[in-house]
Amino acid sequence: MSKRVIHGLLDRSILRRAAVDAVRKLAPRKLVRNPVMFVTGVVAALVTLIFIRDVAMGRGGLLFTGQIAAWLWFTVLFANFAEAVAEGRGRAQADALRRTRSDTMAKLLLHPDDTKDDPWESKPAQDLVAGDVVLVEAGDTIPADGEVIQGIASVNESAITGESAPVIRESGGDRSAVTGGTVVLSDWIIVRITAVAGSSFLDRMIALVEGAERQKTPNELALSILLSGMTLILLITVTTLWGIADYSSTEVSVTVLVALLVTLIPTTIGGLLSAIGIAGMDRLVRFNVVATSGRAVEAAGDVDTLLLDKTGTITYGNRLASAFIPVPGRSEHDVAESSLLASLADETPEGRSIVALARGHYGLPDMGNKVPTKVIPFSAQTRVSGVDIDGRCIRKGAVDAMLAQVGQSIEHAPAAFRQAVDSIARTGGTPLAVAVGSDLVGVIHLKDVVKPEIKTRFAALRQMGIKTVMVTGDNPVTAAAIASEAGVDDYIAEATPQDKLAYIRSEQRKGRLIAMCGDGTNDAPALAQADVGVAMQTGTQAAREAGNMVDLDSDPTKLIEITEIGKQLLMTRGSLTTFSIANDVAKYFAIIPALFIATYPELGKLNVMALATPQSAILSAVIFNALIIVALIPLALTGVAYRPIGAAALLRRNLLVYGLGGIIVPFIGIKIVDLAVSALGLA
Amino acid sequence: MTLVGWFEIALVLGAVLAAAWPLGLYMARVFAGERTALSTVMRPVERALYAFARIHPGSEQNWLSYTLSMLVFNGAGFLFLYALMRLQHVLPLDPQNFAAIEPGLAFNTAMSFVTNTNWQSYAGETTMSHLVQMAGLTVQNFLSAATGIALAIAVTRAFARSGIREIGNFWVDVTRATLYVLLPLAIFVAILYAASGVPQTLAASVSATTLEGAKQTIALGPVASQEAIKQLGTNGGGFFNANAAHPFENPNVWSNVLSIWSMLLIPTAITFTFGRMVGDRRQGYTLLAVMGVLLIVGTAVVYASETAGNPLLTAAGVDPSSGNLEGKEIRFGQALTALYVAATTGLSCGAVNAMHDSLTPLGGIVPLFMMQLGEILPGGVGSGLYGMIVMALLTVFVAGLMVGRTPEYLGKKVEAREMKLAMLALLVLPFCILGFTAIAAVLPTALASLANSGPHGLTEILYAYSSATGNNGSAFAGLNANTPWFNTTLGLAMMFGRFAYVVPVMAIAGSIATKTNTAASAGTFPTDGTLFCGLLIGVILILGGLLYFPALALGPIVEHFLMLAGKTF
Repeated sequence: MSKRVIHGLLDRSILRRAAVDAVRKLAPRKLVRNPVMFVTGVVAALVTLIFIRDVAMGRGGLLFTGQIAAWLWFTVLFANFAEAVAEGRGRAQADALRRTRSDTMAKLLLHPDDTKDDPWESKPAQDLVAGDVVLVEAGDTIPADGEVIQGIASVNESAITGESAPVIRESGGDRSAVTGGTVVLSDWIIVRITAVAGSSFLDRMIALVEGAERQKTPNELALSILLSGMTLILLITVTTLWGIADYSSTEVSVTVLVALLVTLIPTTIGGLLSAIGIAGMDRLVRFNVVATSGRAVEAAGDVDTLLLDKTGTITYGNRLASAFIPVPGRSEHDVAESSLLASLADETPEGRSIVALARGHYGLPDMGNKVPTKVIPFSAQTRVSGVDIDGRCIRKGAVDAMLAQVGQSIEHAPAAFRQAVDSIARTGGTPLAVAVGSDLVGVIHLKDVVKPEIKTRFAALRQMGIKTVMVTGDNPVTAAAIASEAGVDDYIAEATPQDKLAYIRSEQRKGRLIAMCGDGTNDAPALAQADVGVAMQTGTQAAREAGNMVDLDSDPTKLIEITEIGKQLLMTRGSLTTFSIANDVAKYFAIIPALFIATYPELGKLNVMALATPQSAILSAVIFNALIIVALIPLALTGVAYRPIGAAALLRRNLLVYGLGGIIVPFIGIKIVDLAVSALGLA
Repeated sequence: MTLVGWFEIALVLGAVLAAAWPLGLYMARVFAGERTALSTVMRPVERALYAFARIHPGSEQNWLSYTLSMLVFNGAGFLFLYALMRLQHVLPLDPQNFAAIEPGLAFNTAMSFVTNTNWQSYAGETTMSHLVQMAGLTVQNFLSAATGIALAIAVTRAFARSGIREIGNFWVDVTRATLYVLLPLAIFVAILYAASGVPQTLAASVSATTLEGAKQTIALGPVASQEAIKQLGTNGGGFFNANAAHPFENPNVWSNVLSIWSMLLIPTAITFTFGRMVGDRRQGYTLLAVMGVLLIVGTAVVYASETAGNPLLTAAGVDPSSGNLEGKEIRFGQALTALYVAATTGLSCGAVNAMHDSLTPLGGIVPLFMMQLGEILPGGVGSGLYGMIVMALLTVFVAGLMVGRTPEYLGKKVEAREMKLAMLALLVLPFCILGFTAIAAVLPTALASLANSGPHGLTEILYAYSSATGNNGSAFAGLNANTPWFNTTLGLAMMFGRFAYVVPVMAIAGSIATKTNTAASAGTFPTDGTLFCGLLIGVILILGGLLYFPALALGPIVEHFLMLAGKTF
């Protein structure tokens, strides 16, 4: 799949740069984007001021206050670091992309109707405007995104796709879009520029992987509102504690209240939230899919219905020979031999599959030494092909065309022949009749072969609650047969682009989210209507503009993985939020007894972790709170593993790991930190 | 704890379920405007009322107009009640010639009854005229309950509907809640009360001669009728100062069972209404299960810690076999007292049949914590349901993400707008409860009202603000709340706790109603069944409860440890 260099999680150069960026992100203007971390930063500054005051006035407890201040800053820095690492991984990819963009010179044609041999003038690629027409010859880099209007060429698109095999780009049809930065390997094309410098596909891709255009996605926004709300509520809890403690004649210092606040507010998820978002986008890019917005990635997680093209996704795309059926008086071997001869000169995939079946399954020898005296190629008019060889006229073709050729009507054909044709058609196959001279020999069963692994994938999708719909141009009978073989939930037979659009709309009215992929210009309306529209990189410009994702590998089966990546993104957010909130239980048990033990020694019973001293308890909770962010960075970047086991089972599993784990882990973690802190004599 | 005690509790709760189920389905029909058994009698009354008030029952309102109608209605109720109290000395039906109520108390009381709180800074039988009790307080007992039901029904409709702005007509809902639900039930329950020995008379008092030969004046009045709606509407404002511990409000075990049954009835029934109206009964059962589990756990804690008794008293020579009996009525027994304590605070009822001030520290945490959780277990009539829905939205949001879909509840996507409003609503509770408590805890004027010092005094303040904000109305006693400071701040807490909470909730309803339903699939987060129940309980306890842990630690928790250590203060 992807040939691009995958950076390890802990690439040294990324980490080094991230460490610098983490400090840079302390700027209040940047910090304010993340309310939880902003609050942490503000109180860290407050405790620092208190520390400075205490130093100046020569007060005691400097070691404690100083350490709390330092760890509060670390909390913010760790969160910034997480974001910077996620961005760094994207940036490394962006740099690779950017290199391909540098100073290309375009061969600008003076008139739109000019051809290859007309004069052209040299113009820097960044000065091109939409509508310019340029000539690109073998060895040239395509200067900007555009549409091929003349010619055909093989193009190396590895800069974009990571795929080194060249692709064909030609005028007209569905393969006319070219991307700036890719290289023409052979022949020439004339391209009409559609996107100017700065807004090209490559530019958008760079901006996306860098996270420069990053805006909070809807769900991320909702989650950060929840986190801000919780922060505010806990701020009330902690502030009011001042008055309540005063009533109880307990003096609580600002430093300690701040420590309580920071450990209670959801710093873990607050610190990792943007890293999770960036990493989710990044995972998609690594998977060679570019989404035009984070919104699309989230929507992918919600998809209920997948619209899949039959050809290429569910089946191999070509009809392949699967059996030879003789008429009475002939053997299978006879049919196989005749079919083999008839297909010797047939270079279509069907023809080759007949040769392969005859040789492979029936062990027929290589007949390459026999030279046909006449070759009749397949044509759409006659729908028959064949050869004249050894004085025999061997033909194969569509049943009705062959019957006409041998001068028989279907009623007069042998009963076995009729039955074979019927049963093949009923199961969705295509029967080809084979004749030698004017004698029908038998029938070739051409079959749409369903990819062997696809059925289990559909079963997995059903487990995920996703319905699969096969879209095909076949007649309903054929469609039904393939649908049942592949195990899809529904199919649209004889589908026109309008049918697709109508189906999407009707599903959406029922409250479902639809994903589909497409490549042709006539797919564009449906791609735009679908909630997740994945356009193929090989597709037309119109399709690529209409979709909200572009698959660089042009592999329609990837829709399934895209959905999983979307789900993984949401799951990671949910799991870490649960973990973060569940952590609070242990932190209360660490800090509350420490706060009030001087006034009420009886509250020592709440110190279930048996932490050494009140100071070490508070310090340990703050240190644990900071370190857990670092510990969870890898999880935030790789995401929580998704398993297609149904929502209830998935919830039970994640709840056990992140909910129950979130309650238990800090009890152990804080105790360990406390042991270290008291062993080192830090508090 | 005894098996018989638990059997009593189970019997009462079973009776509640048995009656709530048909009532809930009946209410679903009433608010859908369908014909019911009472239509023959009530339809003409209803039509006459609409004609008189020029209401078109067919035209519905969007959330804003619905909410504004509610605010206007309650605002008018407040002003009317305030005027009635300020002028009671010149108005009729004042047989004991009580003076006008002073402004602070009148504000507090009017707010208290309009918000379904029924916090009483006064002793009813020695302060309020019969006119105020009947035309003012009892009327608001009906209307504040009807308002709560109407709001809950509107929120329910929002989930049941798809892609429309209208969520019902407030005037129609409040009329139907009164005519078809509260009034008939109140008449029925009042008769049962009267049958069990509760007085129902317009006589002011009777005179008696005690055994010592002294003359005693015993206050009387229309107690049974007020008692009925007080319980049914989870109002809790008693006719007498001693509330349901008073032998005329709650003379025997039958009236006690009736009290518990009638206060739990409608909040339980409305969960069935909810399930029916959103078209998925299991959703209603799930919410009810959460309420029920927490209520029973609360009851168990009270029951266990009260029967365990107080070691300090045991040490002083009190027989520990009956547990802690201080402040309890021996005629109700420990089991039904425990259930009453948990129910009256799990509901926002606030009627009391025992003095919560005298509960053991751990027993006392339960009523306090039940109120702080936002009065959703099962909460006030109507208000409990919409409060629980807010918690369900939060649960769905936090946990729904864990299954890899953007969260949805009952087919409606929970997005930034809903989150913002839900957090806004949730903020009100700690802001009022902890904010006012923190100020009162350091304010000498406020501290002068305390009967106890130490952690118990703190609990008294915390309890008062928790009760007011949660619109519960029960008092911990030991706190003289009839002071300008407490009358004003508690009044404000009641106002914010009711209206500042419900306005964002109604905005959520408005936003939910306009959303189209998303189809459920195997990938959808299931919001019914035990898993979701457990999750919802967890979120209620963690999100709702952890906020109060520091305050509770310095109040009842430390008091408990002090008691175990044999210390007093």
